Amino acid sequence: MTESTYRIQGATGEWEVVIGLEVHAQVTSQAKLFSGAATAFGAEPNTQVSLVDAAMPGMLPVPNRECIRQAVRTGMAINAKINKWSRFDRKNYFYADLPQGYQISQLYHPLVGEGEIEINLDEKNPDAATKRIGIERIHVEQDAGKLMHDQHPTRSYVDLNRSGVALMEIVSKPDMRSPAEAGAYLSKLRTILRYVGSCDGNMDQGSMRADVNVSVRKPGHEFGTRTETKNVNSVRFVMAVVEYEANRQVDVLEAGGTIVQETRLYDPDKNETRSMRSKEDAHDYRYFPDPDLLPLELDDVFLEECRQSLPELPDAKRRRYEEQLGLSAYNAATLTADADTARWFEALLAEGARIQKKSEGEVAKASANWLLSELYGALNRLGKSLEDSPVGPEEGAELLALVADGTISGTIAKQVFEIMLETGERAPAIVEEKGLKQTSDTGAIEAAVAKVLADNGDKVEQYKAGKEALFGFFVGQTMKAMQGKANPQVVNELIRKALA
Amino acid sequence: MTDLTDLTVAEIRDGFRAGDFSAREVAEAFNANVASAKALNAFIVETPEKALAAADAADKAKAAGEALKPLSGVPIGMKDLFCTEGVQTTAASHMLEGFKPTYESTVSKKLWDAGAGMLGKLNLDQFAMGSSNETSYFGNVISPWRRGGGDNAALAPGGSSGGSSAAIAARLCPAATGTDTGGSIRQPAAFTGISGIKPTYGRCSRWGIVAFASSLDQAGPMARTVRDNAILLETMAGFDPRDSTSLDLPVPQWEANLSSDLKGKTVGIPREYRPDGLNAEIAALWDRGIEWLKDAGAQVVEVSLPHTKYALPTYYIIAPAEASSNLARYDGVRYGQRELPDGAGLQDMYAATRAAGFGPEVKRRIMIGTYVLSAGFYDAYYTQAQKVRTLIARDFEQAFEKCDLLLTPTAPSASFALGEKQADPLAMYLNDIFTVPASLAGLPAMAVPGGLDSQGLPLGLQIIGKALDEQGVLNAGLAIEERAGFTARPEKWW
Repeated sequence: MTESTYRIQGATGEWEVVIGLEVHAQVTSQAKLFSGAATAFGAEPNTQVSLVDAAMPGMLPVPNRECIRQAVRTGMAINAKINKWSRFDRKNYFYADLPQGYQISQLYHPLVGEGEIEINLDEKNPDAATKRIGIERIHVEQDAGKLMHDQHPTRSYVDLNRSGVALMEIVSKPDMRSPAEAGAYLSKLRTILRYVGSCDGNMDQGSMRADVNVSVRKPGHEFGTRTETKNVNSVRFVMAVVEYEANRQVDVLEAGGTIVQETRLYDPDKNETRSMRSKEDAHDYRYFPDPDLLPLELDDVFLEECRQSLPELPDAKRRRYEEQLGLSAYNAATLTADADTARWFEALLAEGARIQKKSEGEVAKASANWLLSELYGALNRLGKSLEDSPVGPEEGAELLALVADGTISGTIAKQVFEIMLETGERAPAIVEEKGLKQTSDTGAIEAAVAKVLADNGDKVEQYKAGKEALFGFFVGQTMKAMQGKANPQVVNELIRKALA
Repeated sequence: MTDLTDLTVAEIRDGFRAGDFSAREVAEAFNANVASAKALNAFIVETPEKALAAADAADKAKAAGEALKPLSGVPIGMKDLFCTEGVQTTAASHMLEGFKPTYESTVSKKLWDAGAGMLGKLNLDQFAMGSSNETSYFGNVISPWRRGGGDNAALAPGGSSGGSSAAIAARLCPAATGTDTGGSIRQPAAFTGISGIKPTYGRCSRWGIVAFASSLDQAGPMARTVRDNAILLETMAGFDPRDSTSLDLPVPQWEANLSSDLKGKTVGIPREYRPDGLNAEIAALWDRGIEWLKDAGAQVVEVSLPHTKYALPTYYIIAPAEASSNLARYDGVRYGQRELPDGAGLQDMYAATRAAGFGPEVKRRIMIGTYVLSAGFYDAYYTQAQKVRTLIARDFEQAFEKCDLLLTPTAPSASFALGEKQADPLAMYLNDIFTVPASLAGLPAMAVPGGLDSQGLPLGLQIIGKALDEQGVLNAGLAIEERAGFTARPEKWW
C-alpha cells in the first residue's frame, strides 16, 4: 500500500485532495434495460426506440436479465457484495430527453454493495506501488435520450436511441488523493469492465463517463465541501479536472471564500470547470419504488452461473504471466492492461506451444517480445489496432516457430513479417518462395568470411591492433554477403576462428 | 322474437352457436342502441364498423363450419383507458385527445382474439380519477337510472368506469371492460344495478392500459350477470411477459366451475364496515345478503379488519403518489396535446401543456402525489402509507384464517345526482370507503346488485375473496344473484 504524497502548495501551507468518482458504464447488451430495443452505437436517430423507450401510454418496463447479469458479474469482479434482493426506484424530473418523466434507477437498494479495486501507481513495477480504492455500490439505471440543438434554427430535436439503455453507476468511496490515483482508478476500472465484458469502456463514444467529486483539506482535517464535475469522458480529462478543481478550491479557500456544493461542467478546450447549478437549485427527485417493477430477487443458481462465467481478471493474469510464464513485470503489466491484448497474446502462446511442441512458458518470452515490439510497432505504423491486425495470432506463431527452430534468423524474420503485413501470405510460404532459409553450411560461410576479410584488410589490421568493436562489422558484412541467411552463431564462430 | 340487446353474453354466445340469430343481427341491434343513446354520453368513440366486422367474421366462420372462438358473436364496450390500435384512446382527457395508438392493449387484444367485437370506447373519469364520471373532459356520462316519483335529476353512473356501467345498464352493450384502482369497477356496477369483478392484482395484464396507479390498477369485466363476468374474465386474464407484475399462473375455468352451493364455506362480516350512520337501507340489504349466503349453505361469522379506517387516507397517498409520476410522461413532447405559447421555452411548454391538458381532479391528485413524495414529507406520508398498506393486507390475511370470503356493501350510498358532490372532493373520495381496502391488499372483489332502495335506485353488495380465489368470489356472487332475483332495469328515457 502506498500513501499519496500529492499535495497542493498553497500560501497557507499544504493541501490534500480528496477524490471520489461516480462512473456511468453502459452495459454491454443487445437490448435496453427495460425494453427489447437495440443498443448499437451510431444508429440513425430514433431508429432504436421501442414503445417503452418513448414512454407511450400504458407501456411497462420489464427488466432485461442480461443487463442484470452483467452488473452482477461486474460486482463479483471487484469482490463486491451482491445483494440478492434489490429494487428499482423512480427518479422524477422533467426534461425533453427523459420520455417517462422519470429515470428508473436504484437509490435505496442497489444491486451491488461494497467492493474494492486495487490500483497500480507504477506501471513498470505494478506490485511496488498499489492502493486499494473502495467501491461504495453499483446500481443499474436507464440512460436518457439526447437533445440535438444544431438541427434547426429555433427548435431542438430529441434522439431517443439511448433512452432506456442500461447503465451501471459505479460509485467509489472518497479514497483517491491525487490526479494520478484518479486516473489509475479509472483505467483499472475500465480494464476490469473490458475483461468482464460488461462494458466496452469506449469513453469517446460515451459508453463510459465519470462524475468527478473533488474536495480539498488540510492534511489530517475533516473532509471539505465537494464539487461534482459531470460527464467527464476520458482518463486524461478526469486527471485534468481533479487538478483544476483542487487548485481552484485552494485558491477560493485561501482567498477567504467558501466552496459551494455544486455541479460543474468541464470544458476541455479551456481546461477549466464551470458552475452548472448549485445545491439550492438542485431538483427534488421524489424518489420512490417503481410500482411497475417487482423487487429483483436473485437465486443461487443465477449467482453461481455469473461467477462461473467470470474470466481470469487482470491482476491474477498479470501475476500468472510473471510467475508462471517468467515475463518481466513490465511486459506482464502491458500485456494484461487490456483484455483484447491478453486474449491475443494467449492465442499466440497457445499456437506457438502447439507448433513448436513446447510448453507455453518456453515460448512466452519470445512471443511477448515480438508482440510488444514487432507487432505493436507495425500496427502503430499502419494506424491499426490489434483487433484489425493484418497478421493474426496463428500467423505470428508460425513466424516465431521458424525463428525458434533456426530456419530463419531474427533479421530475416523482420523481413518476412513485413512481407506478411503487405501480402497477407504466411511465413513458411514466404520463406520457401524467397529462399530465405538460413544456412549453417560452414563451407559457404567460410568462403564468405574469407572474402570479407580479404576485402577489408585495413580493418583486419585495426582489429588485430585492438579495435575489437570491428568484430560486429565483419559479422554484418558476412551476413550481408550471405543475404542474411547465415546462421549468426556459425558466422560468429567462423569469424572468430579466422581472425584468431 | 326477443330483443337481442336484452340477452346476456352467455345467451348471445350460445344462441349464435345454436343458430338462433346471426352475429350480425346482434351487432346491428347493439349498434342501433348505441346510436340512439347519445343522451347518456356513454361513449367517447363509437365503432359500429368494428362490431360489424367481428360479427361478420363470426358468421363467416360459422357458415364455413370452422371452430368458433369463446366470444364469437359477442360485441362489447371498451373502456377508453385501454389502448386500441388505430382507434382514439384518450383516458377521457384533453391531453390525449386525438391520440391513436399504434398498439393494442393485452387485455383488449385477448378479447378481440377471442372473437369479441368492439362497439366503441367508453367514457370514464379523466385518467380513471373520480367516482361520478364528472371529471371526463368529454362531458359526464348520465346514468340511465332515475329516482322514482318523477324526479328527473341526472344521476351519476359511478366512476371511474361510468361509461361501462351506464352502457351495460342501458343495454348499449352486453358487457364491457372496466378498470379498478380503488373501486372503479365495483362502485359504478353498484350504482347501475350490474355486476363487475376486480380480479386479484396481477391476473390481468396492465400492458397498454393508460396507467393511473400502477400498484393498484387492475382490469376486470362488467356485465349484467355473474356468469358473464366469469366468461369475460377467463379471456381477459393470463400471464403477460410484458407486465412484470403479471401473475405467471394458468387461468382457471371460472365459468365451468360456477356453483352457488356454498356448503362448507364461511363468510366473514367485517364489523368495521358498519360504521355509525351507515345508510339504513344499505345496512338492511347487507343483512339480506347475509341471509342469502346462509341460505346457500355458508356459515357466517363476524370478523375484524382493524385498520379499515386508515384505508382511505392510505389510498389517497399511494394512488396520487404513483399517479404524479405515471402522468409525468404527458409533457407535450412526443404525443398528445402540446401548448406552445409564443416565445415559450421547454419549461413554459410543459406548464402550458399540462395546465391545458389535465382537468382539475387530475391536477389535484398530481399535486397531492408530488407533495407526499417530496423531500421532507416522503417518510411522513409515503413510507407511512406503505406500512399501513401492509397492515391492511395483514388484516385480511388474519380474517381469512377464520373465513373464506367477506361480504360488505359496495358503496356507502346509492347513486347521487350529478353535481351533488363535485364541490367537495373529500365527500367524493368517501365513495370508495368499502372498495379501497381490497384494492390496497390486491384481493379479488366483486359487486353484485342486491336490490333497489326506496327511491328505486340499485344497491350493490361486495364480495371480497382470498388472493387468487376469483372462483369463490364468483360463486358467492352467483348465490346472491340467484336469491336477490334482481331484474330491475332503468326505464328508457333517453
